[in-house]
Amino acid sequence: MSAEIAEPVTDDIVSVTGWGRTAPTAPARLVRPRSYEETARAVRDCGTRGGIPRGLGRAYGDAAQNAGGSVIQMTALDRVLSVDTEAGTVSCEAGTSLHRLMEVLLPLGWFVPVTPGTRHVTVGGAIGADIHGRNHHVSGSFSRHVLSLDLLTADGSVHRVVPGTPLFDATAGGMGLTGVILAATFRLHPVETSLMSVDTERATDLDDLMARLTTSDHAYHYSAAWIDLLARGSSLGRSVLTRGNHTPLAELPARARRRPLAFRPTRLPGAPSYVPEGLLRRKTAGLFNELRYRGAPRRRTGELRRVPAFFHPLDGVPHWNRLYGRGGCVRYQFAVGHGQEEALIRIVRRIVRRGCPSFLAVLKRLGAGDPGWLSFPMAGWTLALDIPTGPTGLGSFLDELDQDVAAAGGRVCLAKDSRLRPELLAAMYPRLDEFRSLRAELDPRAVFVSDLSRRLSI
Amino acid sequence: MKDAFGIPQSLLVLGGTSEIALATARRLIARRTRTVWLAGRASPALDTAAEQLRTQGADVRTVDFDALDPDSHAEVLGKVFAEGDIDMTLLAFGVLGDQAHDEADPLSAVRVAQTNYTGAVSAGLVCAAAMQTQGHGSLVVLSSVAGERARRANFIYGSSKAGLDAFAQGLGDAMHGTGVHVMVVRPGFVRTRRTAGLEETPLATTPEAVAAAVELGLRRRSETVWVPGALRVAMSLLRHLPRPVFRRLPI
Repeated sequence: MSAEIAEPVTDDIVSVTGWGRTAPTAPARLVRPRSYEETARAVRDCGTRGGIPRGLGRAYGDAAQNAGGSVIQMTALDRVLSVDTEAGTVSCEAGTSLHRLMEVLLPLGWFVPVTPGTRHVTVGGAIGADIHGRNHHVSGSFSRHVLSLDLLTADGSVHRVVPGTPLFDATAGGMGLTGVILAATFRLHPVETSLMSVDTERATDLDDLMARLTTSDHAYHYSAAWIDLLARGSSLGRSVLTRGNHTPLAELPARARRRPLAFRPTRLPGAPSYVPEGLLRRKTAGLFNELRYRGAPRRRTGELRRVPAFFHPLDGVPHWNRLYGRGGCVRYQFAVGHGQEEALIRIVRRIVRRGCPSFLAVLKRLGAGDPGWLSFPMAGWTLALDIPTGPTGLGSFLDELDQDVAAAGGRVCLAKDSRLRPELLAAMYPRLDEFRSLRAELDPRAVFVSDLSRRLSI
Repeated sequence: MKDAFGIPQSLLVLGGTSEIALATARRLIARRTRTVWLAGRASPALDTAAEQLRTQGADVRTVDFDALDPDSHAEVLGKVFAEGDIDMTLLAFGVLGDQAHDEADPLSAVRVAQTNYTGAVSAGLVCAAAMQTQGHGSLVVLSSVAGERARRANFIYGSSKAGLDAFAQGLGDAMHGTGVHVMVVRPGFVRTRRTAGLEETPLATTPEAVAAAVELGLRRRSETVWVPGALRVAMSLLRHLPRPVFRRLPI
């Protein structure tokens, strides 16, 4: 081995955005370290405007950008270190994507414990944003399955952090502001096949949907509902409920039993780099929603679907976020607790009345909240929707929704956020002060800074 | 930091008593701007403007800034940027001059050019460099349709705005990819105290309309904004008119 350590790879400076492509800012240095030593050096050299780790850039807002400072892209640290097929655990470096893990683990009969709507997130990002998936009602968020993680803190030291400690609870959902996660070990979910048994049903309105979710969600490992937020009147809240479980081997048709654990995602051509502004507007959204609702079966059970088709349909279209045009899109996701159903219905009504051109509106029932201080999920309900930035007055409208959400004791998701007012953050995240004081102690020179932390004064 | 709609949290106004600038500041404060720096020559008008914005709930500070003293710009503006990130700078200073008087008195004409152009070159470069260091920011430059094609009635003012406009466009290209966004705003005739009593040209507009256009431009990350939008078409026609015809137009 050579004694000299090569310089970390530094890219030419370009402006960086989140997946929503709003508010681009330029880091002074975009570093892609290839080893722990290079990561430590990148943290040490990040300069007066600090640094922030970045994974695959799937956070919608400005969580993984740092104007004028360093952005430490962790995707080159992507080795799967060990897999314990007996105990069902994996250790890997933080830059490993869930996609890569599925390629490695599915043939062994194991699945990642939690996956969001895309496989292209890193393990470091999954912990930093404490992601949740369609199985939150039974499995909780990602960090609940983490057994330990290695954290590089501002002073350059590496800590092995285990659940139940303040540093763990600050890091899980801490948006990369406690340090750089280098590696993690977490539990896996055993599966007999790589196919999902999916039940689809249509709900005629919001009450119907919420009743169905409440009474029968426990029978499914994964559950989410797509809502048509442009339908008004008696069909307000009409939706398609899709729920599923991993298919046991015995239920597989004979033909599929030859390769029960295959993982073969398809990839369509990517979206072009230029898409005219206003392709996805109210009319197209209305048409899309109409087709989607009417195209869904009224009730169908036991349909077999592959993992990519069930969990990550959008991953089939690379750069699909470009379809929103240059202005990009805002993802608005909020959660309210049980007992706040009235508030949820009120907010849905407001969105419907306003006619936001929303394509991807998803309602989900969440399980018990997670210990992370800035973790988003709370026992209750969450609604997420994508809206192109085009409509006039959208910013003020979402500000009003924030007020409603905060008044109902709810919160918006920081990994998606790109526009929350700082005043509301403490109301939404009651343990914010603890987070701030731990950060002040751990990182007194404020080495870890992001545009998100500047905007919200975290 | 800017939000997803390009609305800044902190705003620096160069030319803090400009009616257009104050209308813009009011609009942005109503959205989410919390910190405002008003830069201008110390005067009761500047203090009144600051007081008015404070009643809207913003943290407003004033700073002594003279467009005609480029030597001081780096120091004065450097201090503002040292206090914290500036998400948006609105370059709004400028004088209209008095065409008839200025034609007879070249020194007054030079003063118009120095304020509108030379002052903007130095202040614009200082702000752009500071924003480049912080890796983000919008520099909004108030140009004018008068700079698009000089008219007999106000070519001294028009030529200074033409210089400013070309400068801002070039600066925008230089800043491409640095996270700094330069936006040129070209209003037509704006009804303000400064233009009171002057003969209005067609498609006259108000400071509030300019402010609304600025907000829209920020959201779209536009490079050029015309106020009202119809001027874009009108001016592209006028720009190509032969001079003997242009000269005779009643504008």
